[in-house]
Amino acid sequence: MTLIYQLINGLQIGSIYALVALGYSMVYGIVRLINFAHGEIIMVGAYCVWFCMSRLALPALPAVAITVIVCAVLGVSIERIAYKPLRKSARISLLITAIGVSFLLQNLAQLIFTANPRMFTNLFTGSIAIGTQEISAATVATIGVSVVLMIALSVLVNKTRIGKAMRAVSEDADAAQLMGINVNSVISFTFAIGSALAAIAAVLYCCSYSQISPTMGSMLGLKAFVAAVLGGIGSIPGAMTGGLCIGIAESLTKGYISSQLSDAVVFGILIVVLLIKPTGIFGRGDHQKV
Amino acid sequence: MLKVDNINVYYGAIHAIQGISFDVKEGEIVTLIGANGAGKSTILKTISGLLRSKTGQITFMDKDISAAMPHKLLPMGISHVPEGRRIFQRMTVEENLDMGGYIRNNKENAALVESVYERFPRLKERRRQIAGTLSGGEQQMLAIGRALMASPKLVMLDEPSMGLAPLLVNQIFDIIQELNKSGVTILLVEQNARMALRIAHRGYVLESGRISLADSAQNLLSDPNVQRAYLGGN
Ligand SMILES: Nc1ncnc2c1ncn2[C@@H]1O[C@H](COP(=O)(O)OP(=O)(O)OP(=O)(O)O)[C@@H](O)[C@H]1O
Ligand SMILES: [Mg+2]
Repeated sequence: MTLIYQLINGLQIGSIYALVALGYSMVYGIVRLINFAHGEIIMVGAYCVWFCMSRLALPALPAVAITVIVCAVLGVSIERIAYKPLRKSARISLLITAIGVSFLLQNLAQLIFTANPRMFTNLFTGSIAIGTQEISAATVATIGVSVVLMIALSVLVNKTRIGKAMRAVSEDADAAQLMGINVNSVISFTFAIGSALAAIAAVLYCCSYSQISPTMGSMLGLKAFVAAVLGGIGSIPGAMTGGLCIGIAESLTKGYISSQLSDAVVFGILIVVLLIKPTGIFGRGDHQKV
Repeated sequence: MLKVDNINVYYGAIHAIQGISFDVKEGEIVTLIGANGAGKSTILKTISGLLRSKTGQITFMDKDISAAMPHKLLPMGISHVPEGRRIFQRMTVEENLDMGGYIRNNKENAALVESVYERFPRLKERRRQIAGTLSGGEQQMLAIGRALMASPKLVMLDEPSMGLAPLLVNQIFDIIQELNKSGVTILLVEQNARMALRIAHRGYVLESGRISLADSAQNLLSDPNVQRAYLGGN
């Protein structure tokens, strides 16, 4: 029973990693950039939903909707303002800019909301008993919402016109332009979707771990990034699988070895992946084309 | 139909295209021939907007397209089949065709896909196959088929015969000629000068970023200098 309990908890945090990892992976697939500011979108999302609910006293649904929109707009704006002018420059300039944006957002949050953590009230109350253990409704909701979102994303990418355009741009942006695809719109759309998923991840995260702080996005973002690398960065099924694997590894370590070691295990996995199969589980290893 | 007037294109300090002007009239097959590195692909990319000229002007059907974004050209009627085909390797044959018809709606696309399959029955058999696993010839057919999905007025082909067996080269050139007969204007870039000049109406010879000769295809075929340099002599 404890094993099942640990696995379910692993799936819960794993689905959050997966939602965030999708943002890293989709953006990498399209512009070949590790968007280090992506973790901060989670933080902004968390503050936004908290602000809407505790300060503006909005009901949950509109608050979440506003959060999704705010994060999507923020993601698109970051790309337009900070990354787009550098699209033709060296990769390293882009990477440093992403790190800069991340610091900027963190410090802005600290300025506006101070470093004192805010408390978020769980949207999902109650729990389900499994044997002697209890699974919270938030856990069940997190897994459920994530599964639905991942299915929706798969349909979007594989079946719709804009989804196919995303795949085309990620494979060969010049050829895609020759097909009449507006690459700038596709890039914006990708940032919007990735950030919207991060917003949902933020809300789900806050339901289980109520503290909101300016630095909350760093660790979460970093782990999701490890998940994206584990799955094969640029790959959508990879991000999903990687997220779940990291979540379960973390939860099993906490349950059977030690809570203190769980972070070490996550980054240990990163090192092992980079040593053994740098392209990750679903990686194709053909991203180095000129 | 297409008028290129005094374009100069640079790659950093490299002056790849040095003041080139030429034109393509409606209904023609015009070919650009030249050795490796002469600048043929650079010219097509400049027309497509993937590269920019520092000077001059490019007009298509009396519209200035010198500063047009690359994705605006297909809706205007210019289709570019780039060097090396550049099909979407990880997508299926049919998805590649769908991308070719991206600027149209789904209903129009379905009919156009059928007409491409009619022209290339081979592609129909392989519609669900991942494009990267097609043979070189099939990939070239897909690249041309994909370009036709937008029903273009002008098709620019960059070395369609590259890497193909002679029999397939003949087939591809037949297709180009058929296309032209059905009213599509063609700008053809080729290393295979003999084949290109055989089907073309006019040709331009390119040498290190400059046009060295411009004449009817027939005259170029019988020009001793062209024969020595590009047709393997005789
Ligand atoms: N991206 C680039 N950066 C720098 N120089 C380039 C680049 N692309 C092409 N060149 C140079 O520009 C010149 C023209 O190249 P281009 O590709 O247009 O030649 P081409 O006539 O198409 O040759 P080929 O028949 O081999 O395809 C060459 O000297 C080439 O080295
Ligand atoms: Mg070339």
